[in-house]
Amino acid sequence: MSELRTPLTAWHEAHGAKMAPFAGWLMPIQYEGILIEHQHTRQHAGLFDICHMGEFRIEGPGADAALSRAVSHNLATLAPGRCRYGFLLNAEGGVLDDCIVYRFGPDAFMIVVNAACAAGDFAALRERLPQGVALTDLSAATAKIDLQGPESVDVLEALLKENFHDLPYFGFRETSFDGSSLLVSRTGYTGELGFELYLPWDRAEAFWTALLKDERVKPVGLGARDTLRLEAGLPLYGHDLDDKHSPAEAGMGRMLTSTADYVGKEGAQRVREMLVALRIEGRRAARHGDVLALPGGPEVGRVTSGSFAPSLGCVIAFAWVDAAQAGHEDFVVRTARSELAARRVELPFYKDGTARKKLQ
Amino acid sequence: MSNAPAGILYSKSHEWARLEGDQAVIGITAFAQESLGDITYVELPQAGDTLAADKEFGSVESVKAASDLISPVDGEVLEVNTALEDAPEKCNSDPYGEGWLVRVKLSGKPEGLMDAAAYEAFCATEAH
Repeated sequence: MSELRTPLTAWHEAHGAKMAPFAGWLMPIQYEGILIEHQHTRQHAGLFDICHMGEFRIEGPGADAALSRAVSHNLATLAPGRCRYGFLLNAEGGVLDDCIVYRFGPDAFMIVVNAACAAGDFAALRERLPQGVALTDLSAATAKIDLQGPESVDVLEALLKENFHDLPYFGFRETSFDGSSLLVSRTGYTGELGFELYLPWDRAEAFWTALLKDERVKPVGLGARDTLRLEAGLPLYGHDLDDKHSPAEAGMGRMLTSTADYVGKEGAQRVREMLVALRIEGRRAARHGDVLALPGGPEVGRVTSGSFAPSLGCVIAFAWVDAAQAGHEDFVVRTARSELAARRVELPFYKDGTARKKLQ
Repeated sequence: MSNAPAGILYSKSHEWARLEGDQAVIGITAFAQESLGDITYVELPQAGDTLAADKEFGSVESVKAASDLISPVDGEVLEVNTALEDAPEKCNSDPYGEGWLVRVKLSGKPEGLMDAAAYEAFCATEAH
């Protein structure tokens, strides 16, 4: 099966990126190297091709009430120009996807979903929304480019000749790039100050190359995207979140403030396992699927994500642990090659991120 | 494409051996380090350990992957490159020099290894 191509795939190939299939798409894993790209994003600004992700428009009379019953997001407190993270749940409260809902007006929204889940999400939403509410898949027409890093705001302002210091964290605004519509959202997946940028599919390369003309910007692949998000303590769907686990098990029960009767609401607070954050001294990595155990004791869980953390100089991991054992401080990870001592820590792993920085 | 230096021998598992009398220095090739990406950890044997050709003698981990090290020769470890404990990235930046792994005293004549030209041709078939 041949992979789908973003409007930037040819650019990546022409610029020496290592390419690999991801969620059905041919995506850049790295250009210069994961460590360089990771550090560049932490210190300056990284540019990410995220065109594979899905975007749906939801609008029409009753959209607010209907969407409130379809997803976990609390829309009652979501103002126009703001967006919010939350979940699409199954009837049992398991996570079908994690997604961001943008409010454009009283009954007008956009929802941004993971590429691997997009088709299932669309079907679930269509089933949950009444016929009078239009659900439109914008994915094939919408490019998504992330600009992330402490210098990202200066880069964006220099290119667009527009102030973005007034855009709050999880705020967004519609503007334009060279005559085309551009949605600028102060969100991201790196733990750094940054923007998720949506524009027409056929303008992606012009925008991408215009941003790269700024010497503060380097292209960054999915390899560094993964180490950046993990250090920031952000879960990856399919690894740290799945349809067998509830938001509460992932430590996100408290963000479920919606009073609407949404699908999966009761099960969303069910806890059988807990997602724990682990720090492992040294450089030998724990990886997805490794066994988690108590020291000298029985298996109590599984690693869901694990990597050497470039900004921390140690190894960090997420793991599902039997809820009765999640209070322990010390664990061991049994990898294919060795047994590693792991200590439970608080999130985020990397605490110096600029994501929430107040700009004015 | 990586350029394999002449005068050293290569294995199909992408290790190299530089023969020096009855000793050999072993490392991973430029092709191997390029495939792995940024190397974050190298596990090596200790001096005195015995290596057997085609058998695992350690491992190397990158941000994205972990891989066994397969010995290209039979021998006894005389010295290991301890600098890699704190600077495993030397395997990326200088795989045929500062990124060497171990020095061994050979216990037999190396067999089944390729010269640079043969290894380059082999890599060409593995690249995609």
